[in-house]
Amino acid sequence: MTRVKYSRTGSATGRTGSRYWRSKSDYLGVVPFSLFVGLFLLYPTLNVVTGAFRNQKNELSTEMLFQLFHSDITRRTFMNTVEISVKTALIGAILGGLFAWALATGRTSGFFYRFSVALSSVLALFGGIMLAFAFLATFGFNGLVTTFAIKYLPNTFFAEPAWLYEMNGMVVVYTFFQIPLMVLVFLPTIENLRPQWREASDSLGGNALEYWMRIGIPVLTPSFVGAALLLFVNSFSAFATAYALTNLSNFLIPLSIGSALSNEIGGANPTEAKALALYMIIVVIIVMTLYALLRRRVSKWEQTR
Amino acid sequence: MKLTKFAKVSIVAVISFALAVPTMGGASAKAHKFATAQNASQAGGMSGLIKGCKAEGVLNTIALPHYWADYGSMLAGFKKLYGVKIDEANPEASSQDEIDAANINKGTNRSPDVFDIGLAVAVKYKGTGTFAPYKSKLWKYIENSASGDGEYTPNYSGTMTIGYAGSLGTITKVDDLLEPRFKGKIALNGDPLGSSAGINGFYMINKAVGGTFDDISKGIAFFKKLKDVGNFINVNPTEATIASGQTPVVIDNGYVQAGVQKKFAAAGVSWKLFTPALVGSTYNSAVSAWAPNPACARLWMEYTLGEAGANVWAIGGAVPTLWTWLLKTRRASKEGIASAGTTRISAARATGAQTLAARAILKTAWPAAVGS
Repeated sequence: MTRVKYSRTGSATGRTGSRYWRSKSDYLGVVPFSLFVGLFLLYPTLNVVTGAFRNQKNELSTEMLFQLFHSDITRRTFMNTVEISVKTALIGAILGGLFAWALATGRTSGFFYRFSVALSSVLALFGGIMLAFAFLATFGFNGLVTTFAIKYLPNTFFAEPAWLYEMNGMVVVYTFFQIPLMVLVFLPTIENLRPQWREASDSLGGNALEYWMRIGIPVLTPSFVGAALLLFVNSFSAFATAYALTNLSNFLIPLSIGSALSNEIGGANPTEAKALALYMIIVVIIVMTLYALLRRRVSKWEQTR
Repeated sequence: MKLTKFAKVSIVAVISFALAVPTMGGASAKAHKFATAQNASQAGGMSGLIKGCKAEGVLNTIALPHYWADYGSMLAGFKKLYGVKIDEANPEASSQDEIDAANINKGTNRSPDVFDIGLAVAVKYKGTGTFAPYKSKLWKYIENSASGDGEYTPNYSGTMTIGYAGSLGTITKVDDLLEPRFKGKIALNGDPLGSSAGINGFYMINKAVGGTFDDISKGIAFFKKLKDVGNFINVNPTEATIASGQTPVVIDNGYVQAGVQKKFAAAGVSWKLFTPALVGSTYNSAVSAWAPNPACARLWMEYTLGEAGANVWAIGGAVPTLWTWLLKTRRASKEGIASAGTTRISAARATGAQTLAARAILKTAWPAAVGS
């Protein structure tokens, strides 16, 4: 008898129906998202991973993976890619972190703050052909600054723009979108530093150095490193900017993949592209695992604030 | 936001439907006789083709940049003559991308109808059921077509050239490129390891400094010198970099540079061409075996591989494979002769095997010579 009475009471939201399906129907809203992720992320990834273990005749084989692993060219390309990613992640994280700190300690309701945050959101996505062209037109061999420098500052590096087309030039170009991304990712963390901590430190007799060494830096480090890892991955997989800046497909792994896919002179080799992509996925998985572990630490204190 | 169950279900239904729609718009069932026609008479003659194409109403093309061998005029001419729409996909795609796009979109009405592909890709997919054999009416007059079975037809060839800003003076020999006035100014259109313009540009320089298709060491040495004196840059020249003066010296296809020259002349700027050695490559037309618009695809073949198309390509700076016949029968247009000339037909071409061998060497030698 009690059971019948219970079922008529209905739920607090006034909805009726099976209790089992009521809770499950909430998941329906996620279906489009899972479909999207499945179709455009998981399926292609699976395709790449399985494809990497085949040879040109589509038979199961680890030939291509071995061949690339032992190829000096591929190794150098991989080291180039890692080098540019590490450099731009470090430079981006440090400069972007400092900028975020400057923003957070300033007037957060001011025009400059809002302007900078908005600008960062735009510039973080300002990669690819446009960015490369902007740099070519400014610092390239026949760029605006270069033409000016050749006339008035002939002995500076502005007048010798060969650097733009080399590793360090590409690092400079990449940091252009890395710094704004760092600001976006790191700003919330800095803003979560509570002033009470500083006050507590001060009232216990600590000076600024002690505050930063014992409270500020330890608290910020996990987020900082996490953000730097994110920047690493961002640069690791960047394609369009490098593609516009250089013709050398052996320079970076994403360029090699592009060349293996759309080769016009008989060098097209989807298996090679997939095997290279698999190696990239492995690097990204390692980095993202580190990132997830760090986030867990960060979340601990971010949630308790 | 709280949604009722009904709302949730309908959102899901709408989104899944929206995702499914592109795959549902399958190939039209109309006009199946065109899909197997191997020449105009099997399709009911030219009038049958025109009627069939008008009923289809659209032609899907891919990888036809408007500045390339004057494809802009080619497309406009076809649209005007037959009153059908042209759906142009990814103009900057490579030959391999064209086939990939057809495979990915197989069975939909977005799949490309016709291809314009390099020889390596054409040979690679011959006999795989990718191309529908088709011989245009003037097929027997087309240079080098006799050996083929119509799966693909050589359509035009381009000789490589060096295009450069007139303000830099004049280039009379390849060694001029080493002069300080060209510091940081010389670019090759594409990576020789992957782009056909890149490898052919390399071949041209190689030939000019005494190399052959089988011996590319001289070309590599020259590019190394060019890089060492700081004149060669690894930038991919595009319309934008050329127009803005970022790449004032470009080693590129003649039929692209002819367009640049025309455009610059219209703006009153001098753009000169210098061809140190005659090296070329021939492109090929082919019809997709699963062309969603089979009649338009075949009409496009008749149009481009006929007199009208050949003259457009010639004006665009390419040498149509019909050119020898057009010259002989005095059908070549004046503007075509002015632009394509009567001598460039004999440009040297590398075989697929030579290019594969060259690529294997360049794979290590090229980054070593010009890499940063």
